[in-house]
Amino acid sequence: MTHEEILKGLYDETLIGNAPEVKDLVNKGLAEGLGCEAMLYDALIPSLEEVGARFERGDYFVPEMLIAARAMQGALDILRPLLAETGAKPIGTYVMGTVKGDVHDIGKNLVNIMLEGAGFTVYDLGVNVAPEVFVQKIQEHNPDVVGFSAFLTTTMPMFKANINALQKAGIRDDVIVMVGGAPVTQEYADAVGADAYAPDASTAVRIAKDLIAKRRAAVPA
Amino acid sequence: METVLESPSKTVVIGPDRAFCVIGERINPTGRKKFQAELQNGDLSRIEVDVAQQVAGGADMLDVNVGDPLADEIELMRQAIPLVQKLTDLPLCIDSSVIEALEAGLGAYQGKALVNSVTGEDERLEAILPIVAKHGAAVIGLANDDEIPMEPQRRLEVARKIVSRAGDHGIQPEDVLIDPLAMPVGAEPRAVTLFLETVRLIREELGVNMTCGASNTSFGLPGRETLGAAFLAVAASHGLTSAIMDARSQEIVEGVRATDFLLGHDEWGAAWIAAYRAKQAAAA
Repeated sequence: MTHEEILKGLYDETLIGNAPEVKDLVNKGLAEGLGCEAMLYDALIPSLEEVGARFERGDYFVPEMLIAARAMQGALDILRPLLAETGAKPIGTYVMGTVKGDVHDIGKNLVNIMLEGAGFTVYDLGVNVAPEVFVQKIQEHNPDVVGFSAFLTTTMPMFKANINALQKAGIRDDVIVMVGGAPVTQEYADAVGADAYAPDASTAVRIAKDLIAKRRAAVPA
Repeated sequence: METVLESPSKTVVIGPDRAFCVIGERINPTGRKKFQAELQNGDLSRIEVDVAQQVAGGADMLDVNVGDPLADEIELMRQAIPLVQKLTDLPLCIDSSVIEALEAGLGAYQGKALVNSVTGEDERLEAILPIVAKHGAAVIGLANDDEIPMEPQRRLEVARKIVSRAGDHGIQPEDVLIDPLAMPVGAEPRAVTLFLETVRLIREELGVNMTCGASNTSFGLPGRETLGAAFLAVAASHGLTSAIMDARSQEIVEGVRATDFLLGHDEWGAAWIAAYRAKQAAAA
């Protein structure tokens, strides 16, 4: 196989969520001297971006998005240690959790899978996460973004409580705050002072990437 | 075991040998931007259309949820319940995660209502069950506590705890409907098989009535109405006796009524045939 064929194969097989084939192609690429970064940036990430675009257009459905992201994760499991050796910077780091008092995690898990598939390092704090735990984990992992998920109208006010806790700890401006969950709206996100709201997993990835790019452009590392 | 719900002029009985109880889910602002904005302005006028569509669709009961974190949910519930009761004689399901809103709704309700819902968490049980008992209502118990168990046996344990705690507060098992937790099959391939196994366990051990949020199952998928109809048919055949569901969808509601007939809950298909005739007459 030529390098072009391998890259095209990676793109096409990720698009249809064929995890075993994607894994084989990554190994084949490595054996044939294809660079990790080429596979990641010229095939895998564009493929998952296309998955996201199709989902947002309504052409792709939840299971298709999930299996594509899982195929991508399988590739990343192989590539990540190699990329770390080359000193390549991850797309971004994300701390994620469902707010205190709320045990719903399906939506949050979908976002996590898409983020990881897109090359993010994700620290999932699980469900029913207290404000002080978010603060502690943000201090520990120093993420680009923190995501708060809520499924109940009664737990949505925890967004504000979390943001207040970040402010009190003096780390509010160190991190991008994103919120989401079935009953959440842009209006509510604005009202509590979040930096962004996303209605679905694919949009969450796109917005997180945009905001990180903006922030890195504004504040040279 | 039979659960009786009442409005001033109508009684609905939920039970394993009865026709499936269709609880319309539409009066709920989740995912409805206009309705959310209206609720924030104290405007409940949209409810009239929601009630009419669900009654026309064949609902047996209506769920009422007016929860919005930027609105005064307690006051809205106090006003929404009498408003809906003026528009329909169907018994209602008062739906909120705010305890004071449940209380306001129950205070305003005429008849015997269904409360949606309590979980297996001690704090929620001790706060909500006394209110349910005080108003002589029935209650939906979600089979989760501080996590959503992925093993049917664990969900059964939570259900057992809810029924037992309800008993401590003088609420009989027939006034507890367990929700075995319907989850999106598009995100978890085992979601429905786990659900069906949970329904079977609860039916065999507790024998209580069960309900669920049926639309969750088809989240993020095409052909939601067909999936909904098929889901409810298999769920009813395992022992689910009601669902909070899209009562505006002819495909789903007809699927449920066909299932009633097939499972022997509509003897000689009388209701099935009558519905056919009514449709013929309406088309003529």
